[in-house]
Amino acid sequence: MQFRFEPRGERSRLWSVASPVLAIFVTIMATGLIFAVLGKPPLLAVYTFLVVPILNLAGLSALAVKAAPLIIMGVGLSLCYRANVWNIGAEGQFTLGAIAGGGVALAFANAPFWLLYPAVLLSGVAGGMAWAAITAILKTRFNANEILTSLMLTYVAQYGLIWLVTGPWRDPKGFGFPQTALFSASATTPVIVPNTGIHLGCLAAPFIALGIWLLLSRSVLGFQLRAVGLAPRAARFAGFSEVRLIWTAMLISGGLAGLAGIFEVTGPIGQLTTEISPGYGFTAIIVAFLGRLHPIGVIFAGLLLALSYLGGDAAQMNLGLPSAVTGIFQGILLFSLLGCDILILYRVKRIVPLKLPAGETA
Amino acid sequence: MIFLIVSFLVSMISASTPLLIAASGELIAEKSGVLNLGVEGMMLMGAIAAFATAHATGSTSLGMLAAIGAGMMMALLFAFLTLTLLANQIASGLALTIFGRGFSALLGAGYVGIAAPTLSKLNIPILSHLPVIGPILFHHDVLVYGSFVMIGAIWWFLNRTHAGLILRAVGDSHDAAHATGYPVLRIRYAATAFGGAMAGLAGAYLSLSYSPLWAQDMTAGRGWIALALVTFSAWRPLWLLFGAYLFGGIMFLSLYLQGMGVPIPAPFISALPYLATVIVLVLISRDRRRIRLNQPACLGKSFHAAA
Repeated sequence: MQFRFEPRGERSRLWSVASPVLAIFVTIMATGLIFAVLGKPPLLAVYTFLVVPILNLAGLSALAVKAAPLIIMGVGLSLCYRANVWNIGAEGQFTLGAIAGGGVALAFANAPFWLLYPAVLLSGVAGGMAWAAITAILKTRFNANEILTSLMLTYVAQYGLIWLVTGPWRDPKGFGFPQTALFSASATTPVIVPNTGIHLGCLAAPFIALGIWLLLSRSVLGFQLRAVGLAPRAARFAGFSEVRLIWTAMLISGGLAGLAGIFEVTGPIGQLTTEISPGYGFTAIIVAFLGRLHPIGVIFAGLLLALSYLGGDAAQMNLGLPSAVTGIFQGILLFSLLGCDILILYRVKRIVPLKLPAGETA
Repeated sequence: MIFLIVSFLVSMISASTPLLIAASGELIAEKSGVLNLGVEGMMLMGAIAAFATAHATGSTSLGMLAAIGAGMMMALLFAFLTLTLLANQIASGLALTIFGRGFSALLGAGYVGIAAPTLSKLNIPILSHLPVIGPILFHHDVLVYGSFVMIGAIWWFLNRTHAGLILRAVGDSHDAAHATGYPVLRIRYAATAFGGAMAGLAGAYLSLSYSPLWAQDMTAGRGWIALALVTFSAWRPLWLLFGAYLFGGIMFLSLYLQGMGVPIPAPFISALPYLATVIVLVLISRDRRRIRLNQPACLGKSFHAAA
């Protein structure tokens, strides 16, 4: 039996929603299969990976903490990708946000909270924006491919962080560990639910998503961003400045990545170290796609991908699997999602020999 | 002094070889119109496949074969998604890299810190005994020689053969190629698979020769640099050769400077190859016309035949 894909001529509303669900199902099956190949009972392994981490309150708060940076960055990236600007260096912008905000936090450690904390957050945003601005200027002035430059700058940012925490910013009382001093209380992100790790950033994430959704769906700027992504030629004829839109998309996504970075180091981590992110910036790319490049969808996607980190830890502890299964789960999820998306624009047709003349739409 | 220069050049060749192999595969894929950003993931899978196989069988040849197979499987996965299921090539390539990083780390978890057989150096009789030139040019492993043969063959294939012309036609106008009767998707599948095989082989070079060990994420961005190289070369094989040696030289220089103990903080030196990639990309891309003239016109675009 043979199949072929036939254009629907319009986007299927059903499959826009059903495709991620199908993709998650396919991913769980495929992950289960890999677990089975590795000699683990697949049902138990999937249960350990996806359910065990959130069976208690501590797990749920860990989920919120992990989801916050993913949602904040995923929202920015979804705006970027809508505009066909391929910023894949959110990890670097996250790092620069952490460096810039962390630098302010260390330099003015004794300033009062109401003055220092906003300044730290703002410098975090500015740091992320500045790093994204490099990619933007290279793209708009010199036509350099933003995929490659933003990715290369991620490596540069990581080495910059390593230099700072092993060199000039290293805590003299830190027994030589590559880390800065702990941030003072006035530069620490407040915990908003007592006795959990849930901090201000977790609260901010859905509001940021809402804000970006309003920007995209209700403003002229949002319309222009979507238009330049869907129909670049039409957007050019309409007189939208492509350069301005690239800058806007890069600065918003970079700024949000910087914000995620500064929340992370002033919140759960509490200082700058060489390892401030388990690849949140790259996972946020999957979050953006799984969320249909829609800020509200990104919230749900962020929670699921946050679960994949907790699941990796649980699989390591309970089943002795390497925590790398997180990356496999994430990769397969993005594969399945991209693959299932064909059902939005195409329908599957069985090729019936000798009956229908080929090429006729039924 | 001469000894120093010789060892410098020899090391530069080994730093450049994986870049050249991976980039030459990606060049063919891109010439057919397929932009596969998963080079990094395919290289990692090649590296672990080669290492594990060589460790188990004691044969580096089987290791290289396994790497080719692993790279191809990855590339075919990507091809199925982007060519059959018409998924976005950029996003699928990223997924391939994320998947390859995770999968290679999982497969390699048991191989950290152990040794496997390494590629042996092939001494070309007589020539390898020449002073200075001998060790620089005629005392390498099979992949170094192979990379030169391959880039020459690719030049010949693209510019001098009918099949190469068809490949370029598919990359420049899939509609025209389809109308002429060429199987666009089958050609793209083949080109993508070749790209994967080369990326896998480049990974094998890393884990069997360059630093004969397995380490998580051991490619350290080389897959991405190989992608940048293809743009740098403006899709021309001989420029690719030059570019690979330029970047290999920079990568080696950064290692060398660290070893020498120059008074520059080590992280700055480590960041050098990545910064250099950005700078070179900027210098090349400034000339929009040159890029537009040479870039395959259908690069990254999906093809669905209106039956």
